[in-house]
Amino acid sequence: MGVKLLLDKANVPGIRTYEVYRREGGYRSVEKALKQMTTDEIVEEVKKSGLRGRGGAGFPTGMKWSFIAKPEGVPRHLVCNADESEPGTFKDRYLMEFLPHLLIEGLIVSSFALGSNDTYIYIRGEYAWITNILEQAIEEAKAAGFLGKNILGTGFDCNIHVQRGGGAYICGEETALIESLEGKRGNPRIKPPFPAIQGLWMRPTVVNNVETLAAVVPIINMGGEEYAKIGVGKSTGTKLISACGNINKPGVYEIDMTITVEEFIYSDEYCGGIKDGKKLKACIPGGSSVPILPANLLLTTAKGEPRYMNYESLSDGGFATGSMLGSGGFIVLDEDQCIVKNTYTLARFYRHESCGQCSPCREGTGWMEKILQKIETGKGEMSDIDLLWDIQRKIEGNTICPLGDAASWPVAAAIRHFRDEFEWHVKNPELSQTSNFGLQHYADPIHVPA
Amino acid sequence: MATTFNDIQMTEFKRLVARYPEGKQKSALLPALHLAQESFGGWLSTEALDYVASLLQIEPIEVYEVATFYSMYNLKPVGKFVFEVCQTGPCMISGSDNIIDYIKKTLDIKPGETTKDGMFTLKLVECLGACGYAPMMQVGKIYKEHLTKEKVDSIIAEYRAQATNN
Amino acid sequence: MSEQTFFKVTVDGITIEVPAGTTILQAARQIGGEVAPPAMCYYSKLKGSGGKCRTCLVEVSKGSEKDPRPMPKLVASCRTTVMDGMEVKNITSEKVVDARAGVVEFLLLNHPLDCPICDQAGECHLQDLSFDHGKSKTRFEFQKRTFKKHDLGKNIQLHMTRCILCYRCVFTADQLTNKRVHGILDRGDHAEIATHIEKSLDNEFIGNVIDVCPVGALTDKTFRFKNRVWFLKPMDAHRDCPSCSGRVTLWNRGDEVYRVTARKDEWGEIEDTPDGKPGWICNTCRFDKKEASDWVIEGPRAISRASVISQGHYAGNVGTTIPTETFKAVNGGRTPHLLMDIHDESEVNKPNIHLGKIQGPSHGDTFNKIENA
Repeated sequence: MGVKLLLDKANVPGIRTYEVYRREGGYRSVEKALKQMTTDEIVEEVKKSGLRGRGGAGFPTGMKWSFIAKPEGVPRHLVCNADESEPGTFKDRYLMEFLPHLLIEGLIVSSFALGSNDTYIYIRGEYAWITNILEQAIEEAKAAGFLGKNILGTGFDCNIHVQRGGGAYICGEETALIESLEGKRGNPRIKPPFPAIQGLWMRPTVVNNVETLAAVVPIINMGGEEYAKIGVGKSTGTKLISACGNINKPGVYEIDMTITVEEFIYSDEYCGGIKDGKKLKACIPGGSSVPILPANLLLTTAKGEPRYMNYESLSDGGFATGSMLGSGGFIVLDEDQCIVKNTYTLARFYRHESCGQCSPCREGTGWMEKILQKIETGKGEMSDIDLLWDIQRKIEGNTICPLGDAASWPVAAAIRHFRDEFEWHVKNPELSQTSNFGLQHYADPIHVPA
Repeated sequence: MATTFNDIQMTEFKRLVARYPEGKQKSALLPALHLAQESFGGWLSTEALDYVASLLQIEPIEVYEVATFYSMYNLKPVGKFVFEVCQTGPCMISGSDNIIDYIKKTLDIKPGETTKDGMFTLKLVECLGACGYAPMMQVGKIYKEHLTKEKVDSIIAEYRAQATNN
Repeated sequence: MSEQTFFKVTVDGITIEVPAGTTILQAARQIGGEVAPPAMCYYSKLKGSGGKCRTCLVEVSKGSEKDPRPMPKLVASCRTTVMDGMEVKNITSEKVVDARAGVVEFLLLNHPLDCPICDQAGECHLQDLSFDHGKSKTRFEFQKRTFKKHDLGKNIQLHMTRCILCYRCVFTADQLTNKRVHGILDRGDHAEIATHIEKSLDNEFIGNVIDVCPVGALTDKTFRFKNRVWFLKPMDAHRDCPSCSGRVTLWNRGDEVYRVTARKDEWGEIEDTPDGKPGWICNTCRFDKKEASDWVIEGPRAISRASVISQGHYAGNVGTTIPTETFKAVNGGRTPHLLMDIHDESEVNKPNIHLGKIQGPSHGDTFNKIENA
């Protein structure tokens, strides 16, 4: 049983209400931070904790906070990014749905640290019922004196507002989110200026993921140094992993980042093994945009060492043989899954979600989708595979925002690791419509004897 | 269908606008469009969009630009219940294709179409953040998860009954 | 008055000093020639423009004197300001040349390439860009995206199929008129310039969207299909106009004024008037003053030697010669046929006539004859 810092109380009956949450020790961090700590001390604790952004990019949170500009007389804002839209990722939803007060508590402390009197939660529009849960929690916190004017008599005023999005993956990108929060199209901004200098309404703004802000609560309660002792290397603390696909126990798990990928997939505490006794073929370990890995490279690094569920180990080997922890959206594919079809649906997703602002992404995502559909439906040619490779290469790194990269990486990794499956589709236009390439040599070397 | 808010809707609209600093009322556009869509029969006509523009004191084109960008705003009339079935990777590997086919067959409509009785619209959508509970669909504000053919049948029956009772 | 700080920046090996705050693109334009990256969306006279088309991507091989680390990715030179000691590679960077070829391919992917019947041909930035950085073959084998044509009022036609979504016309409406009625609708590869419901663009300065459009998406209906820009003689002229500077370029054939545009500089942007303001022109000057007597002619407008517009004009200025061989001679004795299918695009063509049967070059009469035969 690993350490649980966020979900330890998730199963307490009634924990969604203020009363139970408070009785279980909730809002202690607000009392401690607002009454006993200066804003600089809070930022310092977060820095010491080594907390990295849990939305996908993994940028050190304390450092991000220290960048915020503090011009005289200009309000600053904290914005919580609850626009969880990366396929495979549903951890923030779980946290907000079952532990709304944990997020509110983290938001109050973080708002105090950053000097935000009006803090916004931007939640994806589809999570309508969670919006109600959060608004209810905010009302309760306000009634208890943890929000509103002069919180706990400290003179700090803070209100939290929840805004629903309108259905757009791109709004998970922080500058697109800010645009959307301003009532505009979710077109990412061209940086610089960065949000820390000119963000929401051109005011200094910090945008953080739900899980990141919730993690501030245990950091304040236990101290940054203690938090940093959990985990390994630069992967400190705990991480929520949302596991889905062909496994026995899909769901949201809190892990300390010292367990192996193999344990995560096969132990009953987590995914409980592959569904229906089938074999593991591949996995996208950090949300749909990170590179897919075949079973052997997933469970062990290229050097043959066990791979761990943390930032460093999952990216060991770079994109050639590794992947990324990303947002923690862990998608498992069994022996019956077709890599071409999976890549096609993801390409369709990114084409659908491209904002259309810059040409490589607008045109390139649609082109990749069309070629993948062509191969998937048995009309592909060998040259299409190389063409796909060239298109993704020309999108990657050349776009305004990371959506271009996010659309390119899945295609690149699928071709890099499963080229023979693409070729099989091309060579077997009819057979590929009725049957499957199957496992072939992509078997998990630990659980499938050679 | 009226395209002005009644008193209750107007109170909610004012609550939305009040969340933003003075002069930044445009920020309320997305929530205001959700409110308008819920209030005006599940979709947003040009009149509805113009109405929201006038309430927020912005140009109609600013509203058109936003309403057409986001996928949740229906700019054409839809059925009483909209089945938005997820088809992205994680749902696909968990069998969403079969569910989509089953709904098409059962309701005798293609994606984007509405049943003749105006009851159901089928929409194929991209990832809704329910990957662990796949296959799934969204109906209004509710997520229907772990879909099977039997479950689809009972959902359809449930909504038909709901429509008859109202 | 505080002293202005100057930064040294080197582009493709050429060093220049520019005021702090200058973008890489502007610095490169000061050097001029091939060193200046192409720009399809950036427009110096329009605030907030740029960053979108990605044609001006450059490699920053040295960040600055203080922090010499190279930038990890190619950057949009139109939106990146120079640092002191910065070193930039444009055409000397293999990465840039490769990425730019990619961007050109992306921009052309859904472009109809209907240049033979497009009014913008000859002064089209996308044509120039494709000529300089593109390939002669496309690798795209799917149906291209098309949109219906729209009239934006009586003087402006929107041909969305040709649009590259540079947003310049949106910025123009925002910054020159008091009420914007057109914008970007929808998203991704379906995004389009539109008004949502049929509306006309009536503001007195809205005609400038035609001048800022880098392609033939927004064209002047008073000029549409009337003539080719390279057959016309551009003349600088002015009139006493109550609403704008009245400083224009007339595009004449003989004494006939075919169209009126603002005066454009070597980067294709509106020239400043002598008082330093951008020389936008009003709709009256642009659409309604089509008599030579409306204008005081200043003289022929100098056009870049490289432009097709300069071909055949001003003997002595431009070294063009008429080829001695005919097309027939170089084509093995065969008369050329029309090579491009423009049925859907042109109103003068008859879609029911097989183009292969037409001996080119041809015009409306040829079609009528075949139809009646």
